[in-house]
Amino acid sequence: MNRDRTLPILGAVMLVVVLAGPLLPQWALFLVTIAIAKGLVALGLMLLLRAGLVSFGQALYYCIGAYTAGSVGRFFNVGDMLVQMIAGAAVAALVAFILGFLLARYRGIFFGLLSLALSMILYGLLVKSEALGSTDGFNVLPSTVLGIRPSEAWVRYVVAAVGCGVALLATALVYRYLRTPLGQLAPAIKDNEIRVEYMGTSVRNAIHAMYVIAAALSGIGGALAATTVGHIDPDMAYWTTSGEFIFITILAGTGSVVAPFLGAAIFGIIHTVAFDLSPNTWQMSLGTALLLLIVFLPDGLWSLFTRRKAA
Amino acid sequence: MAVVLDARDLNKHFGAITAAMNINAAIEQDSVVGLIGTNGAGKTTFINMITGYIKPDTGSIVYQGRDITALSPREITRAGICRSFQIPQLYSSLSVFEHMMMGLGVVLRNAGLGGYFSRGRPNVPGHDAPAEEVAERILKRFGLSGYRDKNAQVLPGGVRKLLDIALTMVAKPTILLLDEPTSGVSAEEKFGIMDMVMSAVKAEGATVLFVEHDMEVVSRFAQRVIAFYDGRIIADAPPEIALTDPEVKRFVVGGALHRLDEQQAAPHA
Repeated sequence: MNRDRTLPILGAVMLVVVLAGPLLPQWALFLVTIAIAKGLVALGLMLLLRAGLVSFGQALYYCIGAYTAGSVGRFFNVGDMLVQMIAGAAVAALVAFILGFLLARYRGIFFGLLSLALSMILYGLLVKSEALGSTDGFNVLPSTVLGIRPSEAWVRYVVAAVGCGVALLATALVYRYLRTPLGQLAPAIKDNEIRVEYMGTSVRNAIHAMYVIAAALSGIGGALAATTVGHIDPDMAYWTTSGEFIFITILAGTGSVVAPFLGAAIFGIIHTVAFDLSPNTWQMSLGTALLLLIVFLPDGLWSLFTRRKAA
Repeated sequence: MAVVLDARDLNKHFGAITAAMNINAAIEQDSVVGLIGTNGAGKTTFINMITGYIKPDTGSIVYQGRDITALSPREITRAGICRSFQIPQLYSSLSVFEHMMMGLGVVLRNAGLGGYFSRGRPNVPGHDAPAEEVAERILKRFGLSGYRDKNAQVLPGGVRKLLDIALTMVAKPTILLLDEPTSGVSAEEKFGIMDMVMSAVKAEGATVLFVEHDMEVVSRFAQRVIAFYDGRIIADAPPEIALTDPEVKRFVVGGALHRLDEQQAAPHA
């Protein structure tokens, strides 16, 4: 039996990023960190997708994570990015735990549209909330790590390195979760929900648990994005942001916990290049890329690796 | 023998249709009971009521002294009553071995083992061996070892049936309900499948209720036959008595019995 090398590979890639980080330009470090943040959200979406659920509103938890991180700094004067990420994950998980009682009852298009509606409700609330900056949002406190404030020249690198570490830890936990009986239920739920019930377990509870985990990952991603960009606004909950996450998840495929990070990196590159070449029609380039992907790689980029292995 | 399952005065109506009327049946431990009847006679309704998929309008189902009438299917499964399906209910994206491991994972999880923080390879409750060993053992008993890594989607009909039944064994059921275990299976395969199922089930020590239309299968494997007609039980007796009952002959067995008589006169080679 081949030993699964998923985590060592991801660890090695993250180590390379951390070691090569000081050599990278600031814009590249920014792209890497945003890719990690969005990859975390896509990792959560992947968990749901394995059970056949597509959340069209995962930006809800991305935005909650970001606003929690921002609020921790704004209202409690805490700029530590680790605290911000933990708080972002905790608040997102708590909200998901409550909303999960409703959402775990629905499947298919109903689940998707209900999740979308909830994210748009948050968007509407934030737009109307002057205390949180209304449509302009607000700036996030400059980052510190364990009480140390990096110099201006190093802050991007430190944020990227901490992001790598947190993403690696979160991914390792998800990897382990997928090997537990609960994690292994997802494909069975997708295939035949009734039979899963007749095996003696609750499908609704299993979906509820997946939903909370996905939200916590999105919360971490949102907090990391807030720290990286230094500014948050209600657009983080807008449906186009959720669309980006679905794009990344489809681009990546559900074959591995590493795939969402690869998908997020490729998405970032396509987005940046397309915007650079054609600022007014960059969405067309993204659309074309998605179209080509669905036609030629319906199981996502990760299927390139599994195909080669199968050959 | 001790009664393990007792259905008392079960009634179920779907609008004007009577699916169950005054159903009373006490099932003894370790017995093999055949449920017969024409389509719509109430056999599957009876199974669905026992497994909690539908609730009776009135009446109760007592299992090992506990009223299980109001329990959900998963609670009833956990209590020890498992079922297979007329159309095999499998997971199309999983291999045969993954089916077993998924089922055993649920058993471990229900027992508080195999959770996020558990370590090592805990023994599966009731089987006293780690999940991989139990999976291999059950697959071997059902003659499925050769299909271990095949995807469920590509399995032939008879093998799908066997896998559907094998999957119920992971929970070590006290009572096993088989809904038409030989339907959709070729005549040549029927007895082979039933022989394999019955010997595997006997090895695991479960009481069996099986729905069947083939009277040859019923007469060969059932120790007791419950015949349904129009939502009622019209006979409840050993096969040699139930299958010759005038009402059963008229409403259930029909021409099948004549064929059976002929075959019994000239038994299988």
